[in-house]
Amino acid sequence: MSVIVAENISKKYIIDHQRKNGSSGLRDIVSDTVDKWFRKQEKNGFAEKEEFWALQDVNFSIDKGDRIGIVGHNGAGKSTLLKIMSRITEPTTGQIKIDGRIASLLEVGTGFHPELTGRENIFLNGAILGMSKAEIRESFDAIVDFAGVEKFLDTPVKRYSSGMYVRLGFAIAAHLNPEILIVDEVLAVGDTEFQKKCLGKMRDVSESGRTLLFVSHNLTAIQALCNKSFYFEKGRLIDQGDTTHIVTNYLSKVSHKSLEKHWDNIDSAPGNDQVRVKSFKLFPEYQDDLNHIDVRTPINFQFEFWNLVEGASLNLSMHLYTFTGECIFNVGTQAESFSKGLVSGTCEIPGNFLNDGSYVVSMMIVKDTSTVLYNMEEALVFDIEDYRENVTWYGKWPGYIRPQLNFSIRQSEHVVND
Amino acid sequence: MATQHSITIKAGGSEKDYWKDLWLNKQLLWILSKRDLSVRYKQTLLGVAWSVLRPLMTMTVMVFVYSYVAKIKADPGIPYPLMVLGGLTIWTFFANTFTQISNSILINHNLVSKVYFPRLLMPLSSVAVGFVDFLITFGIYLLVTAFFQTPISWQIIFLPCFILLTFITSMGFGLFFAVLNVRFRDIGQLIPFMVQVGMYVCPVAYPSSLVKGTWYEKYYNLNPLVGIIDGFRWCLLGSKSYFNPQSLYSTVITSSIILVISLIYFRKKENTFVDHI
Repeated sequence: MSVIVAENISKKYIIDHQRKNGSSGLRDIVSDTVDKWFRKQEKNGFAEKEEFWALQDVNFSIDKGDRIGIVGHNGAGKSTLLKIMSRITEPTTGQIKIDGRIASLLEVGTGFHPELTGRENIFLNGAILGMSKAEIRESFDAIVDFAGVEKFLDTPVKRYSSGMYVRLGFAIAAHLNPEILIVDEVLAVGDTEFQKKCLGKMRDVSESGRTLLFVSHNLTAIQALCNKSFYFEKGRLIDQGDTTHIVTNYLSKVSHKSLEKHWDNIDSAPGNDQVRVKSFKLFPEYQDDLNHIDVRTPINFQFEFWNLVEGASLNLSMHLYTFTGECIFNVGTQAESFSKGLVSGTCEIPGNFLNDGSYVVSMMIVKDTSTVLYNMEEALVFDIEDYRENVTWYGKWPGYIRPQLNFSIRQSEHVVND
Repeated sequence: MATQHSITIKAGGSEKDYWKDLWLNKQLLWILSKRDLSVRYKQTLLGVAWSVLRPLMTMTVMVFVYSYVAKIKADPGIPYPLMVLGGLTIWTFFANTFTQISNSILINHNLVSKVYFPRLLMPLSSVAVGFVDFLITFGIYLLVTAFFQTPISWQIIFLPCFILLTFITSMGFGLFFAVLNVRFRDIGQLIPFMVQVGMYVCPVAYPSSLVKGTWYEKYYNLNPLVGIIDGFRWCLLGSKSYFNPQSLYSTVITSSIILVISLIYFRKKENTFVDHI
């Protein structure tokens, strides 16, 4: 049975290019109107306003008990859809029929007043989220317990640490009992401990047969929680279906990777009069017929360059950086003497070594183990996706690397019962 | 956001569901009002005393300036301080609620952009603070009446009607400006100015008997506040206080028309507040 049916949903925004400060003042409107009267022949006044379709012709239906993950780039229309479904803004065209008590959680602690105490804010926020006073009273202790703020119940929330604030906000939301729950990126906040708690709670919701709509950039969480997914791009729902299929499709489209660079013409190739780069390629050994790299995937690098100086003593040096620029490692080859012609080097990063994330590779050609002949910076960029087995924890795995080490536990002594 | 079990979301929405929703959310109305009241004097030294001090000080200054310096007289048989305080009580009620309603959407912008409930709850709940202040000022008025040993007249039974009229008028003006305020921040500048000028245009510091018989009287009476202020004083001070019934008719008619127009305007715009705020 469908609990949500959306037909031809579109949402249009008018972007005003002229304004610098977002909201247009009365003065602008008046002067624009006057301008229009006096210069009617000039039509370019209209070009300043541009229509922007945040959502276009979106159709879907969601069955009772479905857990829908929504993926897409920033600006793909995910949040606009949630806003429309939460009735915060209305669609320009189309309609959505919703059957069932709906609650949406677009941020934690909506409407918290900094001057009010934790206790007062529980009632305020609960009421804003649509709980009745009786319901709040009923789950009051559970909320306080979940948030862990017993000691600070009568302290104004402005004195709370940001962690406490978020925990209290989520705790209230977690005790809502809607038939349909809409959640937007709430998990992006808080520490790992807290994220774990949130995901656990959302799992409870999804397992209790309620309908869940979940927008997140945490694909691991989406894969763990959602059975179906929607993929939005530029305001359109371009794909929907089984989560694994959607996530794979999404990953293959969104990554900003450059896995291969090559130059056929020696004269235009990067380099100098001593060396010129021919190619730098990356060959992942894909697992399970997937076409994206995950933490299990071994990655081979192949680098080729033309040596233009007879008898040069050369070696290669490769740096691997995180996307934010921290160097994870630097490896080098032995130096060898080469004659003129093509030289190639290979390197393998084993599977189960790097953590998930985006990585950048640089390659250096070094002469006499001391002089950098050529440094090819940010030569390749690749993403490693998350993959986990037999784990019930979906937060971001910490660390730069994620090696599988010989790490085991065993019983070392038995306590003998008398 | 607690809503009935089946809803249809589309441009325009449904009028019937809206009022039903408003009713279903009455608990939220109460909680929002309570929030406004309880944060009112947080972290102030004098706290609630401010609600007493402000009208008292304003009255003292006005009595000094208008009665002693400008030599304005109240209607015969009425002590000037009582006339001023009576006018001030109801005028301040109007001015406060009007200001609060006008700012209600903007002040609650964090709610507007994150959660749904009938937006009319925000202006409605913002009235609470003004109303409590009004009750306090009214209490002071009664004390001052006792001090002047002026009897309370029987017309006081009509007092609730004038309080209701004030509420309707402030809603009518306030809703309109609340919507404009979302779009144009200029309104934030305009409102204090309007309130300030309004106090001189309305018969707060002087009796409107001074306007009687002038060529501009009929225009003067178009101001819905004239009927309200004069009527309010008439309730408290009896028929010695000047009250032209004609000004009351104009109050009822103009205020109702303005309220209806504002409500329609507000309803039309409220679903897109978030796009402009």
